[in-house]
Amino acid sequence: MAVTDMPTGDEKPKVKLLNDPKFRSIVFQVILIIFLVWVVWSMIDNASTNLKNAGIASGFGFLSTSSGFGLNFSPFLEYSSSSSFLQVYWVGLQNTLVLAVIGIFFATIIGFVMGVARLSNNWVISKIAYWYVEIMRNTPLLLQIFIWYKGVLATLPLAKDSIDLGALGFLNTKGLFAPKFVTADGAGLIGWALLIGLVITFVIKSWAKKRQMATGERFPVFWTGLGLIIGLPLLTYFIMGQPISTEYPTAGNFGPRGGMRVIPEFIALILALSLYTAAFIAEIVRAGILAVNRGQTEASYALGLRPGQTLRLNIIPQALRVIIPPLTSQYLNLTKNSSLAVAIAYPDLTAVFAGTALNQTGQAVEIVGMTMLTYLALSLITSLFMNWYNAKNSLVER
Amino acid sequence: MADIDSQTSMNRAETGALEVAFVRKELAPAMAPPVNESGVLGWMRKNLFLNIPNTILTLFAGYILYLTIPGLIQWIFTDAVWSGDDRLACATVAQGGELPEGWKAACWPYVGAYLKLFIYGRYPDAELWRVNITLFMFFAGLIPLLMPNLPFKRENLIFMLGIFPVASFVLLSGGNLGLNGFLLPEAIMEPSTLKFWVDFLILTLVICGLVAAYMKGTESDPIPAVVGTAIGMAVLALVLFVMSVDFGLEPVETDRWGGFVMTLVIAVTGIVAALPLGILLALGRRSNMPAVSLFSVIFIEFWRGIPLITVLFMSSVMLPLFLPDGVTFDKLLRALIGVALFSSAYMAEVVRGGLQALPKGQYEGAMAVGLNYWQSMRLIIMPQALKIVIPGIVNTFIGLFKDTTLVSIIGLLDFLGMINLSHSDATWATPVQAMTSYVFCAFIFFLFCFGMSRYSIYMEDRLNTSHR
Repeated sequence: MAVTDMPTGDEKPKVKLLNDPKFRSIVFQVILIIFLVWVVWSMIDNASTNLKNAGIASGFGFLSTSSGFGLNFSPFLEYSSSSSFLQVYWVGLQNTLVLAVIGIFFATIIGFVMGVARLSNNWVISKIAYWYVEIMRNTPLLLQIFIWYKGVLATLPLAKDSIDLGALGFLNTKGLFAPKFVTADGAGLIGWALLIGLVITFVIKSWAKKRQMATGERFPVFWTGLGLIIGLPLLTYFIMGQPISTEYPTAGNFGPRGGMRVIPEFIALILALSLYTAAFIAEIVRAGILAVNRGQTEASYALGLRPGQTLRLNIIPQALRVIIPPLTSQYLNLTKNSSLAVAIAYPDLTAVFAGTALNQTGQAVEIVGMTMLTYLALSLITSLFMNWYNAKNSLVER
Repeated sequence: MADIDSQTSMNRAETGALEVAFVRKELAPAMAPPVNESGVLGWMRKNLFLNIPNTILTLFAGYILYLTIPGLIQWIFTDAVWSGDDRLACATVAQGGELPEGWKAACWPYVGAYLKLFIYGRYPDAELWRVNITLFMFFAGLIPLLMPNLPFKRENLIFMLGIFPVASFVLLSGGNLGLNGFLLPEAIMEPSTLKFWVDFLILTLVICGLVAAYMKGTESDPIPAVVGTAIGMAVLALVLFVMSVDFGLEPVETDRWGGFVMTLVIAVTGIVAALPLGILLALGRRSNMPAVSLFSVIFIEFWRGIPLITVLFMSSVMLPLFLPDGVTFDKLLRALIGVALFSSAYMAEVVRGGLQALPKGQYEGAMAVGLNYWQSMRLIIMPQALKIVIPGIVNTFIGLFKDTTLVSIIGLLDFLGMINLSHSDATWATPVQAMTSYVFCAFIFFLFCFGMSRYSIYMEDRLNTSHR
C-alpha cells in the first residue's frame, strides 16, 4: 500500500451528511424533479379545468373536419375550402418548406458572393459588401419584409399597366405572372432519370476515389457526372416526345392571362429572407476563408499545384469545415424566420395552422403544440445532419 | 576591368577618408516616390485598378453605385417633401396634390406629425414627463456605465440594476401595486396590504429558519448566512414597498404604452432577465447531475428549436390556459416572459461557449485554492468566460432588440406596430407613406444596432489580454 499513515480501520471518514457532495446532489435533483413534476401537473390540471369551463373538447378529432376557408397559395398540394384541417396543416408545412428551400437557395448564392466580395482587394467592391452586410444585419427582418411588401411591391403598377419582364413574365401589384411548365404524360420519368443520374454519379465518384487511392489513376468524374445528370433527363425528355412545355402569360386589357401567378407575399418573403440571411452567410464565408492559413496556399504552390487546384483541393475543403456548421444553423434560422410570413398573411404553417385554423377551432393546445413540434423536428433533423457532417469532416488528429 | 574596380574600392576602404574628386561627400537627395506607388494615384492603382479584372470590377461597382446612390439621395433629401400639413403635401397631381406625375420620394412631415406616437405610443400627454424622466435615467445611467474610464462603476451598476428598474416601473405604470397577501388562508385574515406584509414576515422567518438549519447541518456558523438572508429579504421588501406605495401618480395601463419606448422596455427587460437565466442554464448544462443537465439541455433545445413568433403565440393564446382560474397576466408581461425565456436559451449557448473555451486548469486551480462551486464560478470562471463571449452576448442582444418588432404581430403597439397603425390614418395616406415610415424605422434600428456592434468590437479590443 502506498498510503501507510491512513487509519486502516473500517470506519469511513466522518462527514456530515449535508456536506457529502453525493448526498447533496441527489437531494437537489430530487427537489428539482419534484418541482418540475408539480409545475407540469398543475399546468395540465389548469388547462383541463379551463378547457372544460370554456366548453372546448380536447383531442385531435378536429383534424378530420372540414376547414371551410380557402387559401390563395398551394403550389403542389390540392386544397379547397372543403379540405380537412389536417390538409391545412400539410399545405402550411408545404408552403413553409417551399419558402425555406427557395430562400436558402438564393441566400447561399448571395451570401457566398458577398462574403468573397468582402475580402476582395478591390476597395469599392469590399466597401459595398461591407455596407450591405451591416445594413442588412442591423435592421429587423420583420421591417425588411414590410419594406418589400408594403413599400416596394404594393406600389407597383396596377394589373393593366403590368411591367413586361420579357421571358420572366409580367410584374404588377398582384404579383409576378411567370411562365408555367405544363407537363404531359411521361414527365415524371424525367425526374426519375435525374435521380438515377445522381445516384450513378455518386457511385462512380466513390469508386473513382477508391481506385485513385489504390492505383493513383484518375477518372474524369466531373464530366461523366455532368453527362449523366444532364444527359439522362435530356435523353428521356426527347424519347418521351418532349412532355414538358412552357405556357407564357399574355398581356390582356385586364392584366396578364395564363401562366403561373406568384403572389406578392411570396416574392416579398423570398427577397427579405434571402437578402437578410445572405448578410449572415457572407460573414460566415468570410470567417471561413480567413480561417485557412496563408501557409496552406504557399504549401500548395510549393507542391506544384495550380491556383485552381489549390482552391479546389486545399482551400475550399478546409474553409468548408469552418463554414458548414454555422451555415446550417443559418439555414435553420431562415426556416424559423419564415414563420414571419404570418405578418403579411402568406399562408405558411404558422399563419394558416397556428393562426386561421386556431381561430376557427379554438384548439390552442393541440395546434400550437403540433406547430412547435414541427419546427422542433425540423431543427433536430438539421442538427443531426450537422453533427453527422461535423463528425465526418472534422480533423483526424493523431 | 572587374579586377581593377574591386581593387580600387578595396584601397578606398582601407585608406578611409581619402579625398577623391569624383566621390560624393553628401547623400544624394531622396527622389519623390513614383507617382504610381504613392498618394491618391498609388492608392487607386493598388485598390481599384490593380489589373484588368480588378478594373472591370471597379467599373461594375461604380455603375451599381451610379444606379443606386443618386436615386437614394434624391429620395431621402433633394426630392423629398419637408413640410406640409396633410397628405396633399405629398400627393401628385393625379392624387389630388401639386407634385409632378411620377414623383416618388420621402414624405417627412408625416413622420414629424407622428413622431410623438412613434416614440411614446398612446401614453397620455399629461403624463409624458414620466416617460421622459425614465428615458433620461436610462441613458444617464447607461452611458457612464459603458465608458470604461469613468469611476463609480459599482454604484452605477447598482443604480442600473437595482434602483432604475423599480423607479421606471413606478414611473411608467404609476406604481401602487395591489398586494393582497399570498400565504395565510382567508379565514384567518382578510386580504389586504397588511396581510401581505404579515405573510411576507412569516415567509422571511421560515426562510431564515431553513437557512439556519442547513448551516447547522453542515457544521458552519449560521449567523452570517442568516443575517445575509434577512438583508436580502429586507431589500426585496423595500422594492415591493416602493412598488406598492401610492405616489399619487395616475395609473397608466400597459395597453397605452407603445412606440419606441415599448421596444426599449421589452429589449432591456428581456436581456436583463436573459443573462442570469442563461448563465444558470449554461452551468446546468455542464453540471455533473444528470437530472439538472438533462433538464437544461431539453429547455435550451426546445426554445432554440422553435421560432419566436410561435413563442409569442403560445404566450398570448396558451399561457392563460395553463394558469389557474382568476390569475391573469398583462399582455405585455406575457410577451416579456416569452421573450425572456426565448433569449435565455440563446444566451445559455453563448455562455456555454465561453465556459468551454476556458482551459481546464482554471477549474482545477479554483478547486485547488479551496473555493467551493459557486465561489469558483463567481470569482474565477465567470469573469473570464463572460469576457470571452462579450461579442456573443452583444450579438444576442442585437438579435433580441431586432426581434422585439415581432410583438407587433400579437397586437402590441411597439415601434413597428405603431408605424403600421399610422398607415390607417387617412390624413397622411399616400403611396409613399409606407416607405417613408419604414425607412425612418430602419434608420433608428440601424443606429442602435450598429452602435452596439461597434461598441462590442471596442470592448473586445480593450479586454483582450491576448491570452484566453
